[in-house]
Amino acid sequence: MTPEAVFEQAFQVKGGDFSRAGNVSWEIKNLLKELGLSSSVVLRAAIATYEAEMNIIMYAWEGRLILSVMPGRVHVLVEDSGPGIEDIELAMTEGYSTATPEMRELGFGAGMGLANIKKNSDAFQITSDIGRGTRLELTFLTNGQRP
Amino acid sequence: MLTLKGIMTALDGELLTPGANLETECATVFASDLMSDVLAFMTPGSILMTGLVNSHVVRTARLIEVKAIVIVQGKRPDAKVIEEARECRVPIIATGCPMFEACSRVSGSSAEGKR
Repeated sequence: MTPEAVFEQAFQVKGGDFSRAGNVSWEIKNLLKELGLSSSVVLRAAIATYEAEMNIIMYAWEGRLILSVMPGRVHVLVEDSGPGIEDIELAMTEGYSTATPEMRELGFGAGMGLANIKKNSDAFQITSDIGRGTRLELTFLTNGQRP
Repeated sequence: MLTLKGIMTALDGELLTPGANLETECATVFASDLMSDVLAFMTPGSILMTGLVNSHVVRTARLIEVKAIVIVQGKRPDAKVIEEARECRVPIIATGCPMFEACSRVSGSSAEGKR
């Protein structure tokens, strides 16, 4: 457990498992609500983690989200094993997508995911190794002040 | 302010999730078949108008706290999707109107809800 964390939980996500898509972010949303965080923070964290969860399902082999709640902030680490992202700058561009037609039929893959994760986070870091996977670190400030 | 009852009347809609509170009020409607756009651009607490009928619509809707899903074009979600919506208390209204007509009718029925 992260030393500062007052609450920490890990969630596994299986690549390609659309039947359970959204369950992890729903659980995270309910946990943050129960912990008494503001509705604005809860919603931003829920949207960002939903996008991250969908990215693992759509593009990776497997992954996990680790939720850590600390005084003044919520931290979410998203790690996946997968093909990785060759050009992160391009992948962050709104509208750029490598989604398959099947993903688009479900209503996803419009190329908004990573940009929307960043928009909803107060701090966002992304690193990726080709052929190994991608790692995101998201921070949500809970003191009511967005930087 | 729009109510679910008013929207049902404007669209000749059918409530697929019995027991929903039809007096629920809502100021904005967001029309899209792209859940990515819903997540990126919709004002939380809006009504979602869509032609998609899969379970991801319900899961997106519950996450972003939509007041109701309006399914256009005479489409119907299957029983499993409707049950999922009922369980998470997201009302579903079905209408035979195509998307453009549905937007036009709802927009015309409200002095305020123009989005």
